[in-house]
Amino acid sequence: MSQSYNRGLIEDFGRWKEFSAGMWAWIFHKFTGWMLIGYLFTHIAVLSTAVGAASGDASLVASGDDIYTTTIQGLESLFIVRVLEVGLLAVAVFHILNGLRLLMVDLGVGLDAQDKSFYASLVLTAIITVASVPTFLDGVTL
Amino acid sequence: MSTQQQEPEQPESQETPKDPEMKGAESPVDEKEKETGEIDQTTADETELEGETVLIKVFRYDPEVADKQEPRFDEFHVPFEKGMTVLDAVMYARDHYDSSLTFRHSCRQAVCGSDAFFVNGKQRLGCKTQMADLEHPVRIEPLPHQEVVKDLVVDMDHFYDQMHTVEPYLQQDDLPTGDLEEQRQSRENREKIKMSTRCIWCGACMSSCNIAAGDNEYLGPAAINKAYRFAMDDREDEEVKEHRLRIIEQEHGVWRCQTQFSCTEVCPKDIPLTEHIQELKREAVKKNLKFW
Repeated sequence: MSQSYNRGLIEDFGRWKEFSAGMWAWIFHKFTGWMLIGYLFTHIAVLSTAVGAASGDASLVASGDDIYTTTIQGLESLFIVRVLEVGLLAVAVFHILNGLRLLMVDLGVGLDAQDKSFYASLVLTAIITVASVPTFLDGVTL
Repeated sequence: MSTQQQEPEQPESQETPKDPEMKGAESPVDEKEKETGEIDQTTADETELEGETVLIKVFRYDPEVADKQEPRFDEFHVPFEKGMTVLDAVMYARDHYDSSLTFRHSCRQAVCGSDAFFVNGKQRLGCKTQMADLEHPVRIEPLPHQEVVKDLVVDMDHFYDQMHTVEPYLQQDDLPTGDLEEQRQSRENREKIKMSTRCIWCGACMSSCNIAAGDNEYLGPAAINKAYRFAMDDREDEEVKEHRLRIIEQEHGVWRCQTQFSCTEVCPKDIPLTEHIQELKREAVKKNLKFW
């Protein structure tokens, strides 16, 4: 038997310009999913190290000097954290909207319009993200 | 139709090799080429071709020829004519420039399913793709994620194995008695499975599916569509349908599909493959939820 040539998998990523809507939706869904998992664990780590106030004395909590309040205030005063929050919202909104789209796909509803619903979820994500920028970046300086 | 269009070219093709000889005495360019012994057929012919030509870049690989063991692309200038398909173009290149150019083809009318190529980055049926609809130059490669045997020929064994896994034949023992009795299918049921029966086993969907590329055991869109065609057929008994669902509901069956719609996108027969896979997923769930 003559040999054959395996062209391998590498070309898949080199072909990104040729990906169709469904493929991009899949990639973005995976990506945002991993981002949300990453955020979840960061969230747990940050908050669990900042709850010293739970057993702290009441006067510190009342004056706003407890470890929880100072941690959150410290984070929120950072410009990069505010930007990351906008990114988190974008990631979460896309994951939710595309999740709804996948729910429709699983139920067999509107499979002909699957590409349009992907574009719609992208546009909606963009609108919501842009609209959230003033709120998230309120009162922070570089 | 394409046969008729190519017939008149036959006499031309016989004259073509003579032409360089006749011009040879007059044209110094041709003499030079003869001296060096490296006659670039494609460029030499391009100057002689009248009218519009199209440039095709074809993937070449041949384990038995020394300079083709490392894959490369060969360029061919093919005279364009209205209605020319990708298959017509590679056939012209084979018939006039390089008879070693290898590809599968048979019926030339999108029925046999032998000439699925990777054209300009998409799995397409060579005989069904118009050259006029493509961006030029046209890049023609063998189907990705399948082993290349030679040039545009890929190893289809794995694809056929997966197709046979789902038992693609009607299984019904309880046939009507009497010589002239027919087993009828309702019009509605025929309509339901109509699209799924169109499959021509070309392998384009399997090649486009990057889940199938990563998981060699995955049945693939074509095989699942085949399972759908029989599982949804009313002429089979309920037990046979359950047997079919048991095959496709396994780990490497329908649940591997992640609805990228790649297969639906490339299917030359416009079969809604993802829709069928999703419907089988729901059928598989319903089968296991008996309290439903």
